[in-house]
Amino acid sequence: MISFIISLRENILIALRALAQNKMRAILTTLGIVIGVLTVVSVASIISGLNTGFASQISALGSNTLYVHKYPWIIKDDFYKYRNRPDITMKDAEYLKEHSRLAEAISAASGTFRDIKYRNNSLTGIGVSGVTMETEIIEGFSIADGRYFTQIEIDHNKASIVIGNEIKEKLFNNKNPLGERIRVGNFSYTVIGVMEKRGSILGHNLDSEVYVPLGTIFKNFGFHRSIRILIKVPSHEMIEPVKDEIHFLMRVSRKLKPQKEDNFSINQQEMLTNMYKQLTNGLYTAAFGIGALSLIVGGIGIMNIMLVSVAERRKEIGIRKALGAKQRVITFQFIIESIIICSVGGIIAILLSFLMSLVIDKVTPFPSNVPIWSVLMGLGFSSFVGLFFGIYPARRAAKLDPIECLRHE
Amino acid sequence: MQTLINLKDIVKTYQIGTVEVHALRGVDLLIHSNEYISIMGPSGSGKSTLMNIIGCLDTPTSGVYELENELVHTMDDNKLAEVRNSKIGFVFQTFNLLPRATALHNVELPLIYSGISAAKRKAIAEDAIEKVGLTDRMHHRPNELSGGQRQRVAIARALVNNPSLILADEPTGNLDSTTGIEIMAIFDDLHNAGNTIILITHEKIVADHADRIVHILDGHIAEDIQVKNN
Repeated sequence: MISFIISLRENILIALRALAQNKMRAILTTLGIVIGVLTVVSVASIISGLNTGFASQISALGSNTLYVHKYPWIIKDDFYKYRNRPDITMKDAEYLKEHSRLAEAISAASGTFRDIKYRNNSLTGIGVSGVTMETEIIEGFSIADGRYFTQIEIDHNKASIVIGNEIKEKLFNNKNPLGERIRVGNFSYTVIGVMEKRGSILGHNLDSEVYVPLGTIFKNFGFHRSIRILIKVPSHEMIEPVKDEIHFLMRVSRKLKPQKEDNFSINQQEMLTNMYKQLTNGLYTAAFGIGALSLIVGGIGIMNIMLVSVAERRKEIGIRKALGAKQRVITFQFIIESIIICSVGGIIAILLSFLMSLVIDKVTPFPSNVPIWSVLMGLGFSSFVGLFFGIYPARRAAKLDPIECLRHE
Repeated sequence: MQTLINLKDIVKTYQIGTVEVHALRGVDLLIHSNEYISIMGPSGSGKSTLMNIIGCLDTPTSGVYELENELVHTMDDNKLAEVRNSKIGFVFQTFNLLPRATALHNVELPLIYSGISAAKRKAIAEDAIEKVGLTDRMHHRPNELSGGQRQRVAIARALVNNPSLILADEPTGNLDSTTGIEIMAIFDDLHNAGNTIILITHEKIVADHADRIVHILDGHIAEDIQVKNN
């Protein structure tokens, strides 16, 4: 064991000395390894950044909420198949409300886009959402100023409006909007509340929306619009049972015969997460593929250069063998050298990927950070390539005949 | 006197293509501890082959080689390396130092392979360098040393593991005559200090330092003369 440690230390020194002698060659040799590790580590860091971003984006969609829509969120086949489905109606929503035993809260919601106006300020194409009492619970609204709707306002389709945080900034220049009247399309509404900041979800800015009673939307902007139904599930474990119940109730509400396909979709946050996971897994697979390929190519380069190195240093090998170096000592020496070349490549790649991550973080809208596992994996893989592709040249060196080697000039 | 080397009917045949080259055709040789012996012969006589076999760098095709009562001719590559490391100190015509390593590191090499710790190694190596009078040059690399100094480093390296035998192959072959005389004086001293020395040479003037001269010709021992009495 002691002699192993001594020879490890010696071999590392020998390898470093040999590499210092041939810096340029070592760096060129290790380029393949650099590219391989860099690919994997930078893709990992980009994805890790995207993950953080995605998680914060999607958190606004409560994970314990189901959405009944006409269309599924993710359409894998042809869109027209879904176009002929009947709209989701208030009748469906009321049926669910009446019969569901498992859901915590059920609400219908609908929306439109209108221009809004306050005195001389106007904003175009603002999302107007129709909400109910339950929507506040289901969406987890919280009010910064003023109040949410009362049951009476909802029931009687009052022209009250709750505005998003950015609307307050843009339309009222941050002055107190409560009690003021604004125009939505051709109708006048009284501001009763301002939302807390909600952030955005998949690029959709939730702070730049306004909310009115659902019935008011129908009254002002037409009855024949597709709605969506939001279902709050009491706990994560209840998602599947509630989904089954809603599925069943929807089919009953729609009077679908057993052999008929569903003509509605139950959506949930998980679908987006799953799609996202599939996407990032695809990216990972591609990165690993490219990474593995460049590591193999790099490894062959290493093997080649190690064979050259062995041929060049036959005299040295002869001297070492004559002085009592056993085969495994010579093998070890060259394997260590090969591992060090590759590890240097791995380290260069990791430094570069930190740099790249910094640049991506600063220059692009994507957050980026280098996950520690990718660093360890990069180093691990590069050392392994050094080990694997170093074995053959090292064994060849170890088996050389000392007399032949000593004769070599 | 204690028997150090016992060679019995050593035959070495090389196969070069379809031709068989008989380098040694049955050599018997007995060498005792503390002998000072020269092996002489013209090129092609087989003396290098004999040296390689005595030095455990090569194994005979047939015959028996006993070194300090151990059967060397049956050993494998790794076992031979161990024997070379602990029992044989080599001095070569071309010095065979590692060019990138300092004199001290070169001398330390055999100790590295016998697994001696760094601190202890350094002390032993410095001691050996002092014996050949190069203390002030030990941190220099071979290309910063003269031929004579290089050969001294090689001698220090040969001594450092306290070998049973110092095997010198044309040790003055690459040196001018004055330096050659200095180097031979070191061998004489080492012999007087109790070391066993085998010189392989074709120069009479070098061979004459030894007490016993063995002549090799065409793979046979042609002559084996005790020239001085020890």
